[in-house]
Amino acid sequence: MNLIIIIVLSVVMVVMAITAIIHKKLAVAVIATGVVSLMASVMYLLMAAPDVAMTEAAIGSGLSTIIFFYVLNKIRKAK
Amino acid sequence: MIKNFFIIAILAGLAAIFVTLFWDFGDSETLTPLATHYATNGATEVGAPNLVTSIVVTYRGFDTLGEVTILFLVASIVSFFLKREKVQKEIAPKRETSEIILTAAKLLVPIVMLLGVYVFINGHLTPGGGFQGGAIIATAFVLLLMANPDFEINHKIIATVESVSGIAFVLIGVLGILLAGGFLDNKVLPLGTFGKIFSAGAIPLIYSFVGLKVGSELSNILSNLQGVQKEEM
Repeated sequence: MNLIIIIVLSVVMVVMAITAIIHKKLAVAVIATGVVSLMASVMYLLMAAPDVAMTEAAIGSGLSTIIFFYVLNKIRKAK
Repeated sequence: MIKNFFIIAILAGLAAIFVTLFWDFGDSETLTPLATHYATNGATEVGAPNLVTSIVVTYRGFDTLGEVTILFLVASIVSFFLKREKVQKEIAPKRETSEIILTAAKLLVPIVMLLGVYVFINGHLTPGGGFQGGAIIATAFVLLLMANPDFEINHKIIATVESVSGIAFVLIGVLGILLAGGFLDNKVLPLGTFGKIFSAGAIPLIYSFVGLKVGSELSNILSNLQGVQKEEM
C-alpha cells in the first residue's frame, strides 16, 4: 500500500517539476513548485520524518509560494 | 555554442556526482557510534521523548542558534531593501476578496495560530518544534493577508517580540554555561518527569522563544513584501 502511494506521489512530483520548468505562464509554474513541495512533505511523512514534513509543508508549499506571488506581482508592475 | 557546452558540462558533472551517490547508497543495518550514543543515552541525558528535538536544541543547540541568526539576517536584509515610502499613492481598484476566503480566514486564523503555538510548546514531546511552529504561525498571517489585503501587521509589536525572544534565547544559553554543563545546556531547569509538558529542562522555554522569533521574522518578511505591492515603480 505504502509503495503504491510513494509511486503515485513521485510521478506527480516529477510531472509537476517538469511543468514548473516548461510552462509559459509563471503563475502556473509557481503553483507547480508548491505542489512539488506538498507531495514531498507527504513523502517525508511516509519515510518517518514528521519534523521535516511539517517544515516542508509550512515553508515549502505555504510561505515560499506566496512570496513568489508577491515578487511576481511586483516584477509585473515594474515592467 | 560555448554557453550550451558549459550547460552540458555542468549537467554531466552533476550526473557524475549523483550517480556515484546513488551507487554508494544502501540500507545501513547498524547505527553509527554517535547515533548509538544519542539513541541509548538521549532520553536519560536530556529527558525529551522526541529525540530529534533533544539533538536540535541540546546536543546541536549551537547550530540552531546559527540558523536563527541566518533567518534574522534574511529578514533584516528584506526589510532594508523593501523600505516603504511614506507617501502611499492612490490604490488601484482591485477585485473583492471571495466570500469563501473571508469566511475561512475568520474561522481558521485563530485555530492555525493555536496549532503553531501547540507545535512549539510540545516540541520536546511530539514531532515539531520552534521552526515548524513559527512557520505555521506565519502561514496564519498569509491567510489573514489574503483575506484582507489592506491589513497591516503592527511592526512595533513584531520587532519587540523578535528582539526579546532572541535575547532570551542567548541568555538561556549563557545561563547554561554558569549553572550547568555548557552553552545551551538544558539542565538549567530540573529535568522533571519524563513525558510531561514541564520537563526536559529548558527545552520548552528555548523552543517557545525560537518559535516566537521565527514566527515574527517570517511575518515581518511577508508584511514587508505586502507593503510594497501598492507602490508604483
